[in-house]
Amino acid sequence: MQAASSKGIGKIIFSSSLGTLIEWYDFYIFGMLAKTISAEFFPEGNDTAALLSTLAIFAAGFLVRPFGALVFGRLGDMIGRKSTFLLTLVLMGGSTFLIGLVPGYRSIGIAAPLLVLLLRLLQGLALGGEYGGAATYVAEHSPENKRGYYTSWIQTTATLGLFVALGVIMAVKSNMSDAAFNAEWGGWRYPFWISILLVGVSIYIRLKMKESPLYSKLKIEGKTSVNPLKESFGHKANFKMVLLALFGAVMGQGVVWYTGQFYAQSFLENTVKIEFMQNRQIMLWGIALATPFFLVFGALSDRIGRKWIMLTGMLLGVIFYRPIFNTMLKDADTKEWLKTQYKFIREDRKITMSGQDSILQMTTIYQTPDRSRFTRIITDTLKKNRDESQHIIQSNKNAVYINKVLNNATYTKFIFLVWIMIIFVTMAYAPIAAFLVELFPTKIRYTSMSLPYHIGNGVFGGLVPFIATLLSTSFVNDPLVGLWYPISVAALCFIIGALYLKNKKDKNIND
Amino acid sequence: MNQLKRVMGIIWMILAPVVIYFLVMGAFHNINSAGTKDINKPVPWIIIIAIFTPIAVGLMIFGYYSLKGEYDKLPESSGEL
Repeated sequence: MQAASSKGIGKIIFSSSLGTLIEWYDFYIFGMLAKTISAEFFPEGNDTAALLSTLAIFAAGFLVRPFGALVFGRLGDMIGRKSTFLLTLVLMGGSTFLIGLVPGYRSIGIAAPLLVLLLRLLQGLALGGEYGGAATYVAEHSPENKRGYYTSWIQTTATLGLFVALGVIMAVKSNMSDAAFNAEWGGWRYPFWISILLVGVSIYIRLKMKESPLYSKLKIEGKTSVNPLKESFGHKANFKMVLLALFGAVMGQGVVWYTGQFYAQSFLENTVKIEFMQNRQIMLWGIALATPFFLVFGALSDRIGRKWIMLTGMLLGVIFYRPIFNTMLKDADTKEWLKTQYKFIREDRKITMSGQDSILQMTTIYQTPDRSRFTRIITDTLKKNRDESQHIIQSNKNAVYINKVLNNATYTKFIFLVWIMIIFVTMAYAPIAAFLVELFPTKIRYTSMSLPYHIGNGVFGGLVPFIATLLSTSFVNDPLVGLWYPISVAALCFIIGALYLKNKKDKNIND
Repeated sequence: MNQLKRVMGIIWMILAPVVIYFLVMGAFHNINSAGTKDINKPVPWIIIIAIFTPIAVGLMIFGYYSLKGEYDKLPESSGEL
């Protein structure tokens, strides 16, 4: 097979990566706007809406993504890579745009959450089919000595999709009030509407692409698979490689990916209580500075092999996750800040009536000597004939500290810590497309690589927040206990990968 | 190395049902109609156990293949698959 010229491969990489990036963007904005979407479509107090909300969160990632991998993987091996990943793009873009058009629960009742659930499931289905197609397509155009480097462009898309999603939401949110953003037809819908423009451009570009040369050759020779599912999972020789890919590489990579990017963000917001915008700025800087390393490790994998780069990323996660998250927790510990000569900045008081009593909420902003800020909220019920001394004790016990804004030095340190974790991601994730492509034959490649990829990322990775909550509920005294899940999975994957995988690159994927 | 791979196969075979046992027990202890978190709702547990059961079966099969020496020599090219 003649690999594409350097100009040709540039176009191939760009058109494949752009579409995949947009699909990730589409998938992430739903998760990032979950609170607003929940208030708009899944109101509290309605059991059916609550059930649909849970299904939208869990079914889309865990059930539908692997199912999409099977459906579109099979199609991609039967009718071709190009048509299939064009279809997934249309499906993803269409459902994202339509989510932005669904009226809220207050307007159309239970139809609203039902429609949103349906569209979210379509998003999950489309995502399940996209990645395998794009990775396969680029790999099948690449020369063997640059397969890792070229496919690493595809590997940047998941992180860049997150970056664009964060950036668009921040840009919209910073240009309007919270009320305008959260209104029924407010700013939260803009990121969904923007998607249709991005998808339109990407579809136009992808329509001009040609079918993968390896797949075209198979088709001309009449050697394409008639039943890719059976050949992928029904034949022992291939199925054992699917299992090895999942347990020896992708499940560890999945948890490293989610911990470094999603769990880090959620931990900073919900456990460390960093202020909304600063939290996202930390993530944006970390991502922006680490993303080039996908290309570095992709290219390095062409020289020294895929195995040890991926496994080193996992091992570093196993060793350093707890120290990194612990440092974040300690550096923004309000207990330590309260020991300093912190000064008062501003106080707001709000009183609301509740029967005969009234509820007082005091929101006070303080600044530490080293210029970090935090907000203390005290909520108190003002009862008639209360005991004043008890009231003061109770008020201080109920104080909640939120919206921490770090000073410049700590802010920079947090960016560095997030950057380190995303470097682990780039190591574990950059070579994986080339690794998976080289593991399976052309005629069933799309199917065989898509399923382990989406189980590893969608299921093992997607479970990080759920298991973290589960562990933190069972072991309440350790705020870092949730990390034991990604650490255990990554450690297990490291052992399996180190023992069973080989470091040899498959030079010839034309088989 | 091949001997170690085979011995580890037994561990993978045992690990799979252990994971499912802990998931079922986790569901049993945490599902609570008075709770408000996702871990208190039955639907996530049903989905997770439903998706993890075939994965655990896959881990058992992986262990079995490992024990039988199927991973002693990995294929050199797709032609061997």
